[in-house]
Amino acid sequence: MQTGIPNAFGESPTRLLRRVPQPKSYTDVLARAVFRLLLVVQGLGAFALITFGVLLKKSRVARPVITPLIRQEIFRSGVKLLPMFLFLALALGLLVIGQTVVILQKIGAFNYLGTVMVVVIVRELGPLLAAALVLARVGTANVIELGTARALGEVEALEALGIDPIHYLVVPRVIGLALGTFALTVYLILGALGSGYLWAFLQDVPILPGDYFRQLAGALRGLDFVLLALKTAAFGGIIAIITCYHGLAQPLRLEDVSRATVRAVAQAVIAFVVLDALFILVYLLA
Amino acid sequence: MKPGASSNIIEMTGVAVGALHDPNTVVVEDVNWTVTAGDFWAVGGRTGSGKSDFLMLAAGLLTPPRGQCRIFGDALPIFEEARLAQRLRLGFVFDGGHLFNNLTIAENVALPLQYHSTAPPAEIAARVEQLLAATELTSWTNSTPGTMGRNWQKRVGLARALALAPEVLLLDNPLGGADARHAAWWLEFLGQLATGHELLPGKRAVTLVVTADDLHPWQHRARQFAVLREGRLEVLAKEKLAAETPNG
Repeated sequence: MQTGIPNAFGESPTRLLRRVPQPKSYTDVLARAVFRLLLVVQGLGAFALITFGVLLKKSRVARPVITPLIRQEIFRSGVKLLPMFLFLALALGLLVIGQTVVILQKIGAFNYLGTVMVVVIVRELGPLLAAALVLARVGTANVIELGTARALGEVEALEALGIDPIHYLVVPRVIGLALGTFALTVYLILGALGSGYLWAFLQDVPILPGDYFRQLAGALRGLDFVLLALKTAAFGGIIAIITCYHGLAQPLRLEDVSRATVRAVAQAVIAFVVLDALFILVYLLA
Repeated sequence: MKPGASSNIIEMTGVAVGALHDPNTVVVEDVNWTVTAGDFWAVGGRTGSGKSDFLMLAAGLLTPPRGQCRIFGDALPIFEEARLAQRLRLGFVFDGGHLFNNLTIAENVALPLQYHSTAPPAEIAARVEQLLAATELTSWTNSTPGTMGRNWQKRVGLARALALAPEVLLLDNPLGGADARHAAWWLEFLGQLATGHELLPGKRAVTLVVTADDLHPWQHRARQFAVLREGRLEVLAKEKLAAETPNG
């Protein structure tokens, strides 16, 4: 077996677990759920470690093949989604400003408009929303593409040619999705902050553009930039790892692909929330 | 070959062959089989007898649940990076080709060259052109696999496997579903590979292992014969082939 894909031709622990007789009590059900969760975490963790190992070890291998694949992934998970993200940025600015202005008007605290935008859009909603959309548009396609490739024997074909499937299929997606998600989040945030002022202006909020952007600049800290970059790249990495894992790591038949896609999306959303919670902790402790 | 090493290419001792999609299911038991340099094996068996799994194990793509399988003297698995050069001495042609559907035919054939060699693009393009011409695929160069018939896809699989000029070639049921024209082409082409083809450096001969539903078409091409029957590998003498019914 090539470096890499855990359980590649074997039965997965999750499948083995499914064959165990159904539990009879609530504690059994709970224990089974916890055990299944641990198996998923173990599988994903092992897959992520293998992928990062391959990424580092083979960073100079087969560049003429891998570099165009990375470029293609950046286009697919970044550039191609730009129009949708610009529309979303306009909508997000309206959404946040529309709600905030009503409250701030009541207490006469328009000088907090920038702070609200930074807290809501830069720190939370922007990265989460961008990641969710990339998951929906690119992550699901990943599972289907890789699952179908797996079911049609393309992974075995790569192995027969001495090509590491992790290097060829997963590494470009991890890099492309990490960079693409980061870039799209930046676009989304800039667009939402800009459209926020537009909507505020249309709602006759008495604030000048200079004051609004000064408020934004005042609310932003150096840490925001660092954490934003780390968080969005991590979201992209999570999408790539989870979707590639479900597409590749187990022997799939064509009829298994849709179930694998649903599982991948659910697990990625949970991973986003957990990671986001960790970043909130960092903000609170910093 | 390593200095002092034997000419054995594939050695199986007491090997059990597991199914690709369920490795816990053993499809062939207790295989003792050796392929040496210059052999041309035809391994027959009915559909479902485990020919593909057997061949994938022989290529090192599966690990045996029991027994020992050595390729070029190294026990399986042989996928460590250090053994890559050794691994590339062996080519594999899948039943149906197993092509990469998002790549064109030329890109499929070029992939192993681009991945493993440092040759300039022009040199790779020339080699791909040569391989496509030899397998009569030139008119399909910029097509994708989905637009081709299964028989042509197998030829692309062959061209791709030959790209790195392997010493040993394992082919899974090349005549499966082939009409008379394609079957004749395969028999002729593999016969040339077994004796030395201009596609390979110095017109060197390739050691071949093919699987087949029916061994009779191989009677005058292959040199060694075996059949997978009732979960066992049985080596056949050439003169006993006539008594073999198609599909084992």
